[in-house]
Amino acid sequence: MEPVAVIGVGMTEIKRERRADSYADLVFEAVRKALNDAGIGIADIDNVVTVSNDFFDGRTISSMAIQDACGAYDKNITTVEEDGTLGALFGVMRILSGSYGTTLVCAHHKGSESMMNLITNAMFDPVYERFLGIDSIASSAIQARAYMDRYGVTEEQCALVSVKNHGNAFRNPVAQLPLKLTVEEVMASPYLAEPIKVLDSCPISDGAAAIVLSGEEGAKGSARKPVWIKGLGYCCDAFHLGDRDLANSPSLAEAARMAYAQAGIKKPVEQIDLVELYDAFSYMEPMWLEGLGFCEKGGGGALTESGKTAHEGPLPVNTSGGCLSGNPILVAGLNRIIECVLQIRGDAGEHQVDNVKTALAQGISGVCGQSHCVWILGGEK
Amino acid sequence: MGGKRVAVVGVGMTRQRSSRPDVNGVELINETVRAALADAEMTRKDIDAVIIGNMDHFEGINYVEAWSVDGNGGLMKPVMKLTTGGTTGTTVAMAGYYTVASGLFNKVMVIGWEKNSESDTTGAINTAFDPFWDRPVFAGAVAGLALEATHYLHTTDATEEDAAYVAVRERKHALNNPYAHLHINLTIEDIMNSPYLAWPIKMGDMCPRTDGSCALVFASEDCVDDFPQKPTWVHAVADRHLWALLSDPYGHEAREGGSWFASLERASQDVYDKVGITDPLKQFDVAELYLPYSFAGLRWMEALGFCDRGGAPALVRSGATDMGGECPVNPSGGVMSSNAIGATGLLRVAEVALQIQGRCEARQVPGAELALVTGFGGAMWSDVLILGKDKPEKAGR
Repeated sequence: MEPVAVIGVGMTEIKRERRADSYADLVFEAVRKALNDAGIGIADIDNVVTVSNDFFDGRTISSMAIQDACGAYDKNITTVEEDGTLGALFGVMRILSGSYGTTLVCAHHKGSESMMNLITNAMFDPVYERFLGIDSIASSAIQARAYMDRYGVTEEQCALVSVKNHGNAFRNPVAQLPLKLTVEEVMASPYLAEPIKVLDSCPISDGAAAIVLSGEEGAKGSARKPVWIKGLGYCCDAFHLGDRDLANSPSLAEAARMAYAQAGIKKPVEQIDLVELYDAFSYMEPMWLEGLGFCEKGGGGALTESGKTAHEGPLPVNTSGGCLSGNPILVAGLNRIIECVLQIRGDAGEHQVDNVKTALAQGISGVCGQSHCVWILGGEK
Repeated sequence: MGGKRVAVVGVGMTRQRSSRPDVNGVELINETVRAALADAEMTRKDIDAVIIGNMDHFEGINYVEAWSVDGNGGLMKPVMKLTTGGTTGTTVAMAGYYTVASGLFNKVMVIGWEKNSESDTTGAINTAFDPFWDRPVFAGAVAGLALEATHYLHTTDATEEDAAYVAVRERKHALNNPYAHLHINLTIEDIMNSPYLAWPIKMGDMCPRTDGSCALVFASEDCVDDFPQKPTWVHAVADRHLWALLSDPYGHEAREGGSWFASLERASQDVYDKVGITDPLKQFDVAELYLPYSFAGLRWMEALGFCDRGGAPALVRSGATDMGGECPVNPSGGVMSSNAIGATGLLRVAEVALQIQGRCEARQVPGAELALVTGFGGAMWSDVLILGKDKPEKAGR
């Protein structure tokens, strides 16, 4: 793969509700921040990829609301309706195609204007499944239960993820929900759907994010240290929950295999310094770590318990606070990439981890991590 | 930076119908995926990645790419969803181009589909527009286009009969296309006598709503010889989605010296510059244009540079855009004969691929080698592609 770099990043603060701000306001803020970070103007951008979802926005052609706010006037523009990691991946492909030099990718989401259970219920089969009332929480609970039963991972181990990530959020100024928790407090919080409790679950959030991607040429004079894309992979598993082995994530393993092959990663534990993954529910962190090959299947709970994934540990996971501390859906994938970029640049402020050379960002789409996207980012070309 | 040259090497489409109660959406998609695989003489195993698009609110399915994975060929493969409204079909075609041109994937399945029989089409389209400024005054697709047509009639000498000529042409062409939804032989009088939807647009001037799907295989220059059909090369792609409010373009166009159709003018100029098109009427052998209503077949020809402003009525009445003319427009019968919205733009690409491969039988344009494709949607947005028989000189366009 020819070199492509992230040369600028911008995030809004993640809030429970940004009542005064429209989608366009949020996107404008994030794009302005990303352009300022890259030290360029909108005239330096030659194409735009937006990320949004018609259901969450309650608008057909949800990208129409932000065409002007993202600075796409008179530019080639398109819209990926999936997680931000996939939208950004398409932005990379547009550069690799040779058609473009510098790509802007932006994503927006207002959970405060969405009805989560209704909208995520619409992901399910309209004839056989929806009438059950199943939504993202209920389906994730089925997955969490399957995972815990198969491998003996405990609710306490998952609660520890929530304690860790909400704690990390204190150091991240854009995080929505820094919380000082104990495992006991997480365990005592009410069930949303057994075994997922309130404090195992991400909040509802409003936010936007943007990144600027550029080829080798555009990265040369960039204001910030370019962060290079070393590997990319994505893969989609079967749709019906009954057709899948919910206790494992084969599509994540495949996406990781693609990305690792490009990046030359053979032993992820040794070669990757930091991980930002999509922890919408606490069980997802150990499960995705297994899928990514950081430990054996079923070993994710013990890995968390060992303290290795803590901010000070040898493999810090979700130093941003993760989705558990703020989850503007779709935007969340870009936020994962942005945390890796800031860490590699050394610009992560209070949440900076020393000496991050290679980082992994991961996003999901569909039900229970049906589709996964994996990014490997590095400081060296 | 490099980039691969990209060709269409396999085509699959359903027969477009007003309703397909016999299949669900996944099965409808699967029909065309299987057809495209058969056409390219490949199996599901050979697909490197899948791109799919539609408009969510028509069928009410969230995360369509994930829901349809059992039928779209993407199980345990990279799958991506793109959607941009009416332009979705051309957007996914352009995404197929970029995805293959990136060098990351060699063979990509690109799918556009819609099952409008399951939708409240106008109700869903209404939600596309700004809830405060546009929704109270623009109802669905027809009213916005009626404004454009009114402005066109006001500023040129064109008549409603001129537009009706286009509506008749499209339906005549469709008679030769077994895949088209409407097979109706109409006269200008029939169009003029059809009831008004919103003046000056009459029922006969407007596209239908359709159930249909289309799937194409895009392949890299490194593997085009693996397929039985001759490649149809993508020469250039571009788009402009200029506006966020539907009222923006009309304000712009109504001003003195304003644009005729800014997004189409600019996107087409973009691809014309890349390929060296200076006289589209002469240089293109065939055009498949997203003309959702008859007046578009006048005004948009002018925006595309086929003739001067106000010159389209004379151009189309000369027969230049009919079968056998200098540049036949929409030999497939176009959007006014079939409109499964998410598939519509991709069907334009499919038709020119078949035309350039010489596989169109009764509707074949003899010697078709260079073709123009457009997509339309959103707040007067445009996508434009040029495809041709010859391998382009360079990649990255």
